[in-house]
Amino acid sequence: MAMPQTDLSLVETAGAAPQMAVRVRGVSKTYGSVEALRNLSLDFPRGQLTSLLGPSGCGKTTLLKIIAGLLEPTAGEVEVNGHPVTGPGPDRAFVFQDFALLPWATVLRNVAFGLELRGVARSEREAIAEKYIAKVGLSGFEKSYPHELSGGMRQRVGLARALAVDAEVLLMDEPFSAVDEQTRRKFQEDLLELVAQERKTFIFVTHSIEEAVYVSDQIAILLPRPSRVSEIIRPEGLRTKDVANIRRDSEYLDIVDRIWASLRSYVE
Amino acid sequence: MKIFGVRLPGMSSLILWGLLWELVGRTGFSFFLPPLSEVIATLYEIIGTAAFQKALFETAYAFLAGVFFAVVIGIPVGILMGKSRLIDELLLPWVNIFLSAPLTALVPVLMVLFGFGMKAIVITTTLFAIWIIILNARAGVQGINRSLVEMARSFGARPWDAFTKVYFWAALPEILGGVRIGVIRAVKGVIIGQLLISIVGFGALFELYSANFLMAHFWAVLIVLFALAFTLAEFLAWLERKVAYYAAAR
Amino acid sequence: MPERSLVLKLLSAAIVFGAWEIAGRIPVSYAFPTFLDSMAALFAMLADGALLTAFADTLRPLVIGVAISAVLGIAIGLAIGLSGWFDWLFSPIFIVMQAAPLAALIPLLVMVYGIGLTSKVFVVCIMAMPVIVLNTAGAVRNTPASLTEMGRAFLGTRRDIILKIVLPAASPLIFSGLRLGTSAGFIGAILAELKITPTGVGDIITYSRSIADYPSMYAAIFSIILLAVLFLNVLEMIERALFGGRFRGHASD
Repeated sequence: MAMPQTDLSLVETAGAAPQMAVRVRGVSKTYGSVEALRNLSLDFPRGQLTSLLGPSGCGKTTLLKIIAGLLEPTAGEVEVNGHPVTGPGPDRAFVFQDFALLPWATVLRNVAFGLELRGVARSEREAIAEKYIAKVGLSGFEKSYPHELSGGMRQRVGLARALAVDAEVLLMDEPFSAVDEQTRRKFQEDLLELVAQERKTFIFVTHSIEEAVYVSDQIAILLPRPSRVSEIIRPEGLRTKDVANIRRDSEYLDIVDRIWASLRSYVE
Repeated sequence: MKIFGVRLPGMSSLILWGLLWELVGRTGFSFFLPPLSEVIATLYEIIGTAAFQKALFETAYAFLAGVFFAVVIGIPVGILMGKSRLIDELLLPWVNIFLSAPLTALVPVLMVLFGFGMKAIVITTTLFAIWIIILNARAGVQGINRSLVEMARSFGARPWDAFTKVYFWAALPEILGGVRIGVIRAVKGVIIGQLLISIVGFGALFELYSANFLMAHFWAVLIVLFALAFTLAEFLAWLERKVAYYAAAR
Repeated sequence: MPERSLVLKLLSAAIVFGAWEIAGRIPVSYAFPTFLDSMAALFAMLADGALLTAFADTLRPLVIGVAISAVLGIAIGLAIGLSGWFDWLFSPIFIVMQAAPLAALIPLLVMVYGIGLTSKVFVVCIMAMPVIVLNTAGAVRNTPASLTEMGRAFLGTRRDIILKIVLPAASPLIFSGLRLGTSAGFIGAILAELKITPTGVGDIITYSRSIADYPSMYAAIFSIILLAVLFLNVLEMIERALFGGRFRGHASD
């Protein structure tokens, strides 16, 4: 716990490697006798999007919730900006798979809810919320309720809520798995734009190989029972290419194929 | 149901049944079944009388007091059971027993303990209503979407904020559902209490009418009671439907 | 942990019965006997057979009434669920009955049918029937469309579809309707004994109250509630064994 943090950050800022926003060190998690994660270490570079990719049951959501501070690791530790994680904190915001919107609250209140819980005054938090509602393309829906929106629009509300608290790290738990394919593609394009604009660190859990390759700066492939990182892939070449053509790019297709080759034996 | 392409409203068949009642009554089929028109005429007569208004007032009082205690005690107990496993395991067997037990059998005990009066009737009403209210509040709290709980935590909600801004509202549809069923049970409880302790409210009125074979009076009171109970049930069902989107959003 | 749950159940029972014992010893009221006195009275009545004959008397109208309600109720419910006309004609009656305090009909039933078994069976029937009818009708009406469409696609006759698809699909809800009907029937049977004429357990309750033999009175009430709860629990266990948790119908009464 009481490690000399200053030394570490000195090394990082001085070194050539990108500075790490989140570091996971030797994290294990067991539920009773079931071992979900074993001695897992992984670094998340600042300002980039890292995907956690793996078959179901590989513990990727468990890892994300440990980083969020929603679950406590059995062993090991997580650091955000050099500070150890002991619980949820204002430096991280979570986007939920099933959106986790308050069904009794309007879009405006839902987006402002994170700020409401932090005690931000009403007029101020609503002004901020309005800005992010516009940013995710939901202007005009401020007074609507979640049940009046489509699945895709609901997830935009969830995203706006996470952006509104202005956390440095955005944790996304399979955010697009509950929306239809077309909406999903639009989301992926928007996400790339968001990463470029916002200078935030994104940690993105997905089970779709294509999605991971399409949106990520770095892909961590997790293998199950117990979970460990088997490989880290950085599709760097793709990030400089035109978004419209990525899906027929030969490098994109090669990476997708390679990941499938390493995962297929784990699919029952 | 459609007839010649015209849609018949849901409860409209009651008019047909009313007509049938009138016809059977007119034939003098049975002394116990006077024609509906006579019953309604009697209804107008007695509705302004002091005896009827006293019965209505006493019943409403016992009913409202009984429901009040059932709600005020039942909801917090249910929420506590939903939150604490120990309390839940200690209380749940008893709640389940009293939920299905024939509570009528307890009325004689209440009569000897609390006297032949209002107090015993109020307690009977509460006993009929409270168990389902507890059980539903418990189910509501236990059924709160896990990711809503995690959402509140991840944004750093303090326990009181999390309870008043998230948990209570998330459990509200189930709580309301429990109150609706509890209220319907309370209506039955208040009447059963009055029948057994027959010196208060409609219980006393029934004794009077049946002792004097005033059949039209008897039916008139029954119609009022049933109509009130039905309206109350429909109103509560409507209220519950208004928050039905909650359930869809879980 | 099954042991923890059992220990807590026993602890919970010990707390409640202990509180009963203490409240009886104080005593909180001249009419509040201790738990042990009541249990002694219960065993005395069990030993001399008084309780068993009383149960037989109480259960007779209940069994007859629930049997009539089951046969009639399922038939009417089926007709309502299958035919729009029946639905329009009969549903409103049972919806009103479900919400209404039907106990208020008892004085009338006594006037018409006297104070014998007929009146008591009637009381049980009007209490038990609505929930059986409405559960059956609702279950039949809500048969999954894909199942009936499957039956029609494979050229099933209407008779086949009703007997082999609609009824089996509806049976979990019908059964829970019967269980709730039995529960309501218990209320009716006891109400009839307390209100109409004291027979069976109702007689023990009324008589021991009149001679201020409170332990016997409490013992009789305790025993009839215990009997009802045990019986309904057995029904619920049968339901679970027959249909399994996933098919069990939900019903509100």
